[in-house]
Amino acid sequence: MPLDNNAGDGEFNKRLIAEVLEAYPDKSRKRRQKHLDVSRGVPEPEEGVSPADDAALSECNVKSNIKSIPGVMTIRGCAYAGSKGVVWGPIKDMVHISHGPVGCGHYSWSQRRNYYTGTTGVDTFVTMQVTSDFQERDIVFGGDKKLEKLIDEIGGLFPLAKGITIQSECPIGLIGDDIEAVARKKHKETGKTIVPVRCEGFRGVSQSLGHHIANDTVRDWVFDKKDHDGFETTPYDVNVIGDYNIGGDAWASRILLEEIGLRVVGNWSGDATLAELEHAPKAKLNLIHCYRSMNYICRHMEEKYNIPWMEYNFFGPSQIATSLRAIAARFDATIQENAERAIEKYKPFVDAVLARFKPRLEGKRVMLYVGGLRPRHVVNAYVDLGMEIAGTGYEFAHNDDYQRTGHYVKGGTLIYDDVTGYELEKFIEGIRPDLVGSGIKEKYSTQKMGVPFRQMHSWDYSGPYHGYDGFAIFARDMDLAINNPVWGLFKAPWKKSA
Amino acid sequence: MAALRQIAFYGKGGIGKSTTSQNTLAALVDLDQRILIVGCDPKADSTRLILNTKLQDTVLSLAAEAGSVEDLEIEDVLKIGYKGIKCAESGGPEPGVGCAGRGVITAINFLEENGAYDDVDYVSYDVLGDVVCGGFAMPIREGKAQEIYIVMSGEMMALYAANNIAKGILKYAHSGGVRLGGLICNERQTDREEELAVALATRINTKLIHFVPRSNSVQHAELRKMTCIQYSPDSKQSQEYRTLAQKIHDNSGKGTIPTPISMEELEDMLLEFGIMKTAEQELAELQAKEAAAA
Repeated sequence: MPLDNNAGDGEFNKRLIAEVLEAYPDKSRKRRQKHLDVSRGVPEPEEGVSPADDAALSECNVKSNIKSIPGVMTIRGCAYAGSKGVVWGPIKDMVHISHGPVGCGHYSWSQRRNYYTGTTGVDTFVTMQVTSDFQERDIVFGGDKKLEKLIDEIGGLFPLAKGITIQSECPIGLIGDDIEAVARKKHKETGKTIVPVRCEGFRGVSQSLGHHIANDTVRDWVFDKKDHDGFETTPYDVNVIGDYNIGGDAWASRILLEEIGLRVVGNWSGDATLAELEHAPKAKLNLIHCYRSMNYICRHMEEKYNIPWMEYNFFGPSQIATSLRAIAARFDATIQENAERAIEKYKPFVDAVLARFKPRLEGKRVMLYVGGLRPRHVVNAYVDLGMEIAGTGYEFAHNDDYQRTGHYVKGGTLIYDDVTGYELEKFIEGIRPDLVGSGIKEKYSTQKMGVPFRQMHSWDYSGPYHGYDGFAIFARDMDLAINNPVWGLFKAPWKKSA
Repeated sequence: MAALRQIAFYGKGGIGKSTTSQNTLAALVDLDQRILIVGCDPKADSTRLILNTKLQDTVLSLAAEAGSVEDLEIEDVLKIGYKGIKCAESGGPEPGVGCAGRGVITAINFLEENGAYDDVDYVSYDVLGDVVCGGFAMPIREGKAQEIYIVMSGEMMALYAANNIAKGILKYAHSGGVRLGGLICNERQTDREEELAVALATRINTKLIHFVPRSNSVQHAELRKMTCIQYSPDSKQSQEYRTLAQKIHDNSGKGTIPTPISMEELEDMLLEFGIMKTAEQELAELQAKEAAAA
């Protein structure tokens, strides 16, 4: 379905922003104002002229990647969350130490649904919580000795672990522990990869800096450290970068890539092994799923190993087809034919899904507020089901993310960056969408307002949503949320209907 | 029993805080005062002259051995020195690791919670160097020390440090009620030293409580790990410390809220006293030198 370029909501949304900003004191209002906007539609190309592939539908020029205002309820995380929780945590055959006091590791334990295969505690460790559990003594006298001991203990407990990462919590940076020296020393003793990560939570404005720091440690502590000459390459080797295998997403994507004849040599970092990181520079192409969290390492691989990268999107049949074709175009005719064949093969399946769910979802309006890429990437999955995006925004995006968003949303869409709890609530009240997709913290307050909700970080314990298989599950889940009979019971029976 | 008096000695590193404070406190004992010294310095040398030995068992080293401070008993860390003066050292990490400031906070809280402050008239904190972080400001914060004595001299850096410490005191003067007790000038034999010390004291709204003349007898006593009071009780220097002790004792409740001055004001003052030269003066001197050489 083509997007209308000038939805009539623009003026309404502008007024809504102005109303919401009213509540703030002057200084805060001025600052928040820059993060809220309505996307401006760009003129549609004349009839007969095909729009360039990269033509944007709108411009989304909000300010981003700025410190949140003290006192507001922000939904952001910290650098530790970005490194431990997102980038490094899913590497399954390494042990990730939450280095510092017990809370950071404990209260973030297993919060992301990074699926993986293996025997936990034997050869894989993703859902385990390993911490140095800092005490007062470790703060005063420094924690390097304790860290050494912990690394020794991990060696004894988990001999099959391929390596260790040290994820710094705030105090490590404050007391100036030399975790790099410990990593070097222990690497010399054990021969295993030990990665010190300076992802102290107070650094940066959100989890975004943690992604960057984690990417840099892959560059500095993993790449080119081991000899992998025995690794046999093929002309069809690709890395999937930035798919964290939430609810099995990476597996649903991998099926398609293999079906068109490519060999996925590494999936970063969902269900990944350390070897997949190490082999990555031998691939022919990097396919970026989450641009925000892993573009850094892709740019590095492009510069140093001459590996091109491209973004792709496997949410919803229209984007899957576009992406498969774009990926195939980087390879030979066989791959391109395979891509066409795959798209054709899944067409009856897609038609069946649409036949069942589109009539139930057509015309429903959605507001999104998520993290790295989903505020734009899932847009067309909704559009394929006949739904419409009324508003979207990111927790920790940068400018380039909002530029890319313009390729997905039409003019007049409400755009909110680092939205506060108050603003989001007011926006939902004003727009009254048929569905809100965001996180656990937003879920229950939204449902209490009588608005259907799906968690779009964890897929609400469902998934996968990637690929054709995922689309069927996605469509079913949205239908479950929106057309749930519970919404008909929202009004108290003892109250007279107006 | 009179209310507990808590005082603290601050000042630039190497200015003689520990020596001055221990000599003064040794003299204070003779005024029938019961004293507790809390050394807040990882070097743990604030009680050396009172105990006639360096205290090895600091609060933090013992805590590290035992597991945590909660595992310690107060008797383990309190040592009795010259004429019954109680001594405790916070201790801390070796240089370059960990967080010594956090150590000071831990140690002081431990001492206080475990009754080290019971049955004494004076608690004296001897604090390392300048106020370098929140931990070392602990005795200033939260109503711990009531009066701060800044040990200084006529040297430029000592004056800078004294002014900086006054800033630290001002910061907590309203929340914690801390006051500046006065400046103690340890003579370094710089030009117009006493005058300068008095001038600075006036500028930052305090007084020069005592001018301690330089004497080698301090060095002699210190080499024997003793205070002058103990080593040569009848010396002139011991008398100076007794005078200082009496002045501090009489100074109870007379502390002031300091008015630290800006860097420019401080430098202007140094110019005035001829410690720093103006560009013109330096130029004139240079020309005179050249003329003489020619």
